[in-house]
Amino acid sequence: MTAPHGTPASPGWVEEAMRAHEALERTEEEHARRVDDEVPGGATRFEHHGSPQPLPGTVREELVLERIDRARRARPRVKEDRITMSHGAGGKATQTLIEAVFLDTFRNPLLEPLEDAARLHVNGARVAMTTDSYVVKPLFFPGGDIGDLAVNGTVNDLSMAGAVPLYLSAGFILEEGFPVADVARIAASMQAAAIKAGVQVVTGDTKVVEKGKADGCYINTAGLGLIEHGGSLGVAQARPGDVILVSGPIGDHGVTIMLARGELDIEADIASDTAPLNGLVAGLLEAAPGVRALRDATRGGVATILNEIAAAASVGVVVNEDDIPVRQQVRGASELLGIDPMYVACEGRLVAVVSREDADRALAALKAHPQGADAAVIGTVTVGPPGIVQLKTAFGGTRIVDLLVGDPLPRIC
Amino acid sequence: MKFVDEFRDADTAHALAARIVALCEPGRQYKLMEVCGGHTHTIYKHGLEDYLPEQVTLVHGPGCPVCVIPMGRVDDAMALASEPDVIMTSFGDMMRVPGSNGSFFDAKARGTDIRMVYSPLDSLKIARQNPGKRVVFMAIGFETTAPSTAMTLLRAAAEGLKNFSIFCNHVTIIPAIKAILDSPDLRLDGFIGPGHVSTVIGCRPYEFIARDYGKPVVVAGFEPLDILQSIYLLMLQLSRGQAEIENQYSRVVPWDGNAVALRAIGQTMELRPYFEWRGLGFISHSALKVREEYAQFDAETLFSVPGVRVADPKACQCGEVLKGVLKPWECKVFGTACTPETPIGTCMVSPEGACAAYYNYGRLTRQRVKEASTS
Repeated sequence: MTAPHGTPASPGWVEEAMRAHEALERTEEEHARRVDDEVPGGATRFEHHGSPQPLPGTVREELVLERIDRARRARPRVKEDRITMSHGAGGKATQTLIEAVFLDTFRNPLLEPLEDAARLHVNGARVAMTTDSYVVKPLFFPGGDIGDLAVNGTVNDLSMAGAVPLYLSAGFILEEGFPVADVARIAASMQAAAIKAGVQVVTGDTKVVEKGKADGCYINTAGLGLIEHGGSLGVAQARPGDVILVSGPIGDHGVTIMLARGELDIEADIASDTAPLNGLVAGLLEAAPGVRALRDATRGGVATILNEIAAAASVGVVVNEDDIPVRQQVRGASELLGIDPMYVACEGRLVAVVSREDADRALAALKAHPQGADAAVIGTVTVGPPGIVQLKTAFGGTRIVDLLVGDPLPRIC
Repeated sequence: MKFVDEFRDADTAHALAARIVALCEPGRQYKLMEVCGGHTHTIYKHGLEDYLPEQVTLVHGPGCPVCVIPMGRVDDAMALASEPDVIMTSFGDMMRVPGSNGSFFDAKARGTDIRMVYSPLDSLKIARQNPGKRVVFMAIGFETTAPSTAMTLLRAAAEGLKNFSIFCNHVTIIPAIKAILDSPDLRLDGFIGPGHVSTVIGCRPYEFIARDYGKPVVVAGFEPLDILQSIYLLMLQLSRGQAEIENQYSRVVPWDGNAVALRAIGQTMELRPYFEWRGLGFISHSALKVREEYAQFDAETLFSVPGVRVADPKACQCGEVLKGVLKPWECKVFGTACTPETPIGTCMVSPEGACAAYYNYGRLTRQRVKEASTS
């Protein structure tokens, strides 16, 4: 670790940023002057020949806003030289890492949509394939454990592609010293979840690492499913006028895990929502052909999914806080901890984008299934502003729901 | 949810908003500063500004405890954290604040043992569990969090803990408000007073603001209706030409503060001659340090703290933005050198800082204003 002993005059990154700033200022000034020279009468717009008069306020503000827009469109670049926890939190940092490193390296048309599962054509059949790793702590929590989570998560990723989940792989990374009884308990819970979801674990792998090199047990599962649904689902399919639904109360899993870690001394009667969603999805797709996209709101929560919809389809999204189902316990814990349930993970909830005509049918189909009894329409897709998710607050205001940079951090004040 | 929803009622909000509009004198612009970062958060979270007429602007003040920590102090904390056998503990929102060599998160990625805690008492627990380690708590915050640090010091002393210390960065709100009031180009009409701080210090310390500077202060709670009502009360005073200290948050804030908390702070900590604030520079008697009697728990005594000073880049105009003189985009480095990914000034550090909010949503806000003026 290179601690900054002594007194650096100015940190390197600030100097670098200042240099970039000066270069940009110069080009913008030059550009403004050129426009000035080229356009007859332009002098009224950019009067800073000779003695540099400041640009008029509105023009300057527009320049600044354009500059920000350009920076947004620029290729994502990982600025950190090491992986931080933010890179795993599902927000902006994760997205940047995926796009700048993984997508850039592996780029192909099947990977590019970055959906929950890839859709493949194999010998005339439409197949969905996905993989996910599970590193939850604690391993056992109210409502489930790492085992059923690992099965349900992968089953759900396949279901969101409109596929019928069939086969799973299971890879275990076990820490030296981990109780065999716990391995057996996790395996049994995986098998129970697999039976419930109607899938089979058909291949696997086991590795053991030295004590301290892993946190008890990590699991990776991959899954294969068959796509029988006719349409092609994807967040890029969202169109203005579509409605957005969630299949039940949000944030249960994330808050359960936070409380189960026991670091907060808060107790609440609440359990993870981990569950397979394939049954719910089958009913939904059958009842409402106008389903355009499905996403399970895991890491990053519903807020992240809404942002993915807005970005992928270049549309706006408006949701109503009053309509978003959140359990009292989750709301209470979130208020206490200073976090927003919109960003908290679920493990058995989906977000659906559905054409307006099919909205009622979709809601009825969700409500008809036990997993979707508390389903609700939470908002609509709008023409614009593109890429922006807005929340009409219960208080009557509007706020923008952005991607988080990293993990939601508790506030002290 | 009881005790929450009552303070978020949209109908009451509409009624209050109408009264605020009625109090606006034609052609007059009102700039009110919410001093506390917690208020900024509420305003932003509930979209409260949608209720305000165009004539009333809220200026986000210096009360975000992590934002005002200068880069040099973050560097000092990193140096402490990288001393042998040290476990650094910190509140969550400190984790992403950049020093010149990255944030606590970056340091953690490089292998430094930095842990997030919810309370300084959790740091004591870590100290008890790790007798072979030296646990340092990065103490930050205004008078709101200072009492819990004080109680932690008292507890540590009572237990005779040998491996616990605090790196004290507590600041006090009054000198910061005074620094803003003393600036010659001040454009503020009144203050929404910090509710949490006032639960500790009470309302009396603000009296000079009305008496010497002729500006009204309303100490406010943290629910959106609290803030809207406080804005109404400020507007009412302004319309009558009054300047008084009012306590909107009387359900929590006693006029004279919390004597027990103040005593605990006084017992364990004392004022520093001066302290540097990001964006505001050096302000005298604006921060606390551990008293000599508790030196065995003072990281600044136990370790050799490098005392890094990283000057705010000259081009950074946070001070002007904080005082309401400049709009974020008018700052020279806004959006080029200073961005949410590489925040140079305090207003860009927290997502609710004036500059970060403008960076993310400025285009949209402008569009909305345009639409409102054409419709």
